[in-house]
Amino acid sequence: MPKSAPATEDAGTSAAATTTMMPGAELLLKALEDEGVEVVFGYPGGAVLPIYDALFKNNKIKHILVRHEQAAVHAAEGYARSTGKTGVVLVTSGPGATNAVTGLTDALMDSVPVVCLTGQVPTHLIGNDAFQEADTTGITRACTKHNYLVKEGGKLQSTVIEAFHVAASGRPGPVLIDLPKDILMKEAPYQKEAIRASATARYQPATEPDPAAISAAVDMMIRAERPVIYGGGGLINSGPRASELLTDLVHMTGWPTTLTLMGLGALSAADKHFLGMLGMHGTYEANLAMHGCDLMLNLGARFDDRVTGLISGFSPNSTKIHCDIDPSSVNKNVAVDLAVIGDATKILEALIAEMKKRKFKPHKTSLDKWWSQIEVWRKRDCLRFNQTGSIIKPQHAIKRLCEMTAERDVYVTTEVGQHQMWAAQYFDFHLPNRWMTSGGLGTMGYGLPAALGVQVAHPGATVIDIAGEASFMMNMQELSTLSQYNLPVKMFIINNEWMGMVRQWQELIHGGRYSESYSASLPDFRKLADTFNMTGLVAQSSDDLDSVITQMLDTPGPVIADIRVAKEENCFPMIPSGAAHNDMLLGPEDQAEKPVSEEGMVLV
Amino acid sequence: MKDNSVIERHIMSVLVDNEPGVLARVIGLFSGRGYNIESLTVSETDPERALSRISIVTSGTPMVIEQIKAQLARLVPIHAVRDLTEHDVAIERELALVKIINHGEERIEALRIADTFRARTLDSTLDSFVFEVTGNSSKVDAFVNLMRSLGSVEVARTGVSAISRGNNIDLEAK
Repeated sequence: MPKSAPATEDAGTSAAATTTMMPGAELLLKALEDEGVEVVFGYPGGAVLPIYDALFKNNKIKHILVRHEQAAVHAAEGYARSTGKTGVVLVTSGPGATNAVTGLTDALMDSVPVVCLTGQVPTHLIGNDAFQEADTTGITRACTKHNYLVKEGGKLQSTVIEAFHVAASGRPGPVLIDLPKDILMKEAPYQKEAIRASATARYQPATEPDPAAISAAVDMMIRAERPVIYGGGGLINSGPRASELLTDLVHMTGWPTTLTLMGLGALSAADKHFLGMLGMHGTYEANLAMHGCDLMLNLGARFDDRVTGLISGFSPNSTKIHCDIDPSSVNKNVAVDLAVIGDATKILEALIAEMKKRKFKPHKTSLDKWWSQIEVWRKRDCLRFNQTGSIIKPQHAIKRLCEMTAERDVYVTTEVGQHQMWAAQYFDFHLPNRWMTSGGLGTMGYGLPAALGVQVAHPGATVIDIAGEASFMMNMQELSTLSQYNLPVKMFIINNEWMGMVRQWQELIHGGRYSESYSASLPDFRKLADTFNMTGLVAQSSDDLDSVITQMLDTPGPVIADIRVAKEENCFPMIPSGAAHNDMLLGPEDQAEKPVSEEGMVLV
Repeated sequence: MKDNSVIERHIMSVLVDNEPGVLARVIGLFSGRGYNIESLTVSETDPERALSRISIVTSGTPMVIEQIKAQLARLVPIHAVRDLTEHDVAIERELALVKIINHGEERIEALRIADTFRARTLDSTLDSFVFEVTGNSSKVDAFVNLMRSLGSVEVARTGVSAISRGNNIDLEAK
C-alpha cells in the first residue's frame, strides 16, 4: 500500500472545502465520468429510475438500451475485450440483476473487466421480500470478482473508485455494485480525486515479477532442446504491448508457439512459428508439440481442461514454467516446476532483458531437429477438408469469410459450438483484441450482444458475429438494439439446423441417438432481418457463397447472412474427453477405431 | 513437489476487513470449490481498524492446501493469509462447554475426570454439571468422550483458535 495514502487525505484540511453534496445518482454518474466511462449498456426499471433521470440530463455518458440484461453484460464484455477498457452495465433490481448473472459468470471465467451497477430496493426494505427485491450481492458473490452493497451515501464515491480499480487490476473480472434506491436519491458527498489513493489501497495485486524467478526461467530456457511457448488470454488482457513482446520473444528464440482459444491474435496467425490453437479442437502439431516438448513456457494461460485433456497424460516429460498474474492459477490443474507471478507485459520485458543480458542463443541443432519433427506433424494437414459439390462446408464458409475480409479492419465474435471452433481454426487473427468468444463458460447467445458492444466501441470497423443458428436464437432479441442504433454488425450464421456440437457428441459418445438436438421450426432468417429493418441474405450453395459474403460486407447497416451448410459435418481434429494430447481423432475415419473411454463419458 | 496423495490437516489464520459478507465469501469459496472446513472461528480482533481474524482448520493434499491459500489471498477484503501449520508450531486452543446429566457414582466420576482435565465447573444442579474445558482439539475430544460414557451430554464448542509460537507477528494489515 502506498504509505503516503492517508497523508494525502489528511493533508487537505481544504478537503472539506472541496466536498460537494449532490444526489447519489448524480454522484454516481460523476464518479463514472471520473473513471473515463463513455458508454453504459443497460435496461431501466423501478429501482434505477433516479440513475436514468440523471442520465437524461447528462451529455457525457452514452446509454445503449439493450433488450435483455444478459445481453447488456455480453455487450459490455465485447466493448471491454475489443478496447481494453472496462465495460459498464446498468440494470435494475430483482429480475434485472438475476438476468445479468450469466453475463457476469461469463466475464468472471474469461477475466473480462466489467462493472455492473444494479438497482436495489431502498435500504429500509432490504430483507422484507419487497417488490423486485433479490439478494443480489448474495446471488452474485460466486460470479463476480468482488461485489458491494452501498448502504451509506458517504461510501458511494469510494466504492465506485474501488470497483473500477478491482475490475481492471490484477486478473481482471466483473465487479458489481448494488445501489439501494434511497442511496441514489439522498444527497451524498463528492470529493474531487482526493480519495482515490485510499480507495484503491487495499487491493494491490503484485504485477512485477520476482527477478529470481525470471533468472530461473531463463536458466531453464537456455537448457531447452524441444521448447514450446503456450500463450493464453493473459497476453491479451495485459494490453497490446504484451503481444508485441511475445512476437519479439518468438523471433529471438525461434521457438514454436501455440495459443489458447482466449489467446488467439497474440501472435499473428501468419507467423511461421505459430502452430495454431491447441486443446480439444486444436491442431495436431500444436498438441503433439505440447505432448513431446521438454520445456513448456506458459504465458498467461491456465491449463484449462479443454487444453490439457487427460491430466495424467499431459506433456509428461516437460519442465513447465507458468507465468500468470493470478497466483491461484498456479498448480491448480497441473503441477509446474517454476511459477512467475506478474503481469504478462512486465514478465516478457524482464525475460527478454535477462535473455539479452545472458546472450541467449537457442540450441540450433536440437531446435532444428525439433522443428523438422513438427513439420512432419504439420504435413498431416489436420485442418484439411474437401469442398466439393454444391453443399457448403462450414469450414469453407469461414475460410472464405476470412480471406474476403483480409483487407478490412475486422473484429470477430462467436456464439458457442462447432462454428466457434471452426472460426478459431479457420479465421486468422493477426492482432490482439480482435477475437471475442465465450471460452470459459461457453455461453450460447454470447456472440450477437458481444458484437453489438464491439461495434459501439468501433463504429467504423467490420464486426462479424460468426454464429450457429441455435446459439443465435438465444439472444436474437438484440436485433432490435442493432436496428435502433443502426449498428452494422454482420451476422454470419453457419446454419446446419442442428445444435452441432451436441449432435457431434451424441454421434461420438451416445450411439447416434440425437436426443433433442435438432433445431426445429427455425425462422426464415431473411424475413427475420426484414422485420427488424435490416438486410437478410441466404447462401444455399457453394456457388452463392462468395457473392453473399461480398453483399454482406458491402451492405451498410446490419446484415443477417444465413449460410446453409453441410448438416452432418463434425469438428476435427478432436481430443475426445478423457484422452491425452497424443490421442487425437483426426477425422471421421479415426472415430470408429477409437471409441471414447468409460471415464471419458462422464467428462464434459 | 511433496507427495500429493497425503491428506494433511492445516490451520490457517486469515486477517479480514470486518465488513458485511466477508464470512460468506470465505465460506462460499470453500463450498464452491469443494474444500473441507473442519472448524472455523471468527471474531473482531482490531476494532479500531475494523479487522477480524478467522481461524480455519482444513484438510487436503498439499496441492489443495496451496490452492486454498491462493484462493483466499485473492479475495478483496482479505489482508493476509498465514498457514500456521506450514513452518511453525501453532498453538491451538479450543474451548468447550459440556453439560452432563447423571446421578450417583457416575456424577462423582464426572467431577473427578473434570478435575483431571482441569475443567472448571460453571454450573451445577443436583443431577447436572456444566464444565468448561480448554485445550487442543484432541484433549477436548477425549474429555467429551469420557463424559458421554457417564451420562447424557450436550456440547458447545468454539472451534480452533490459533497463533504461532515465537516473536513474529502472524498477520499484518495491508
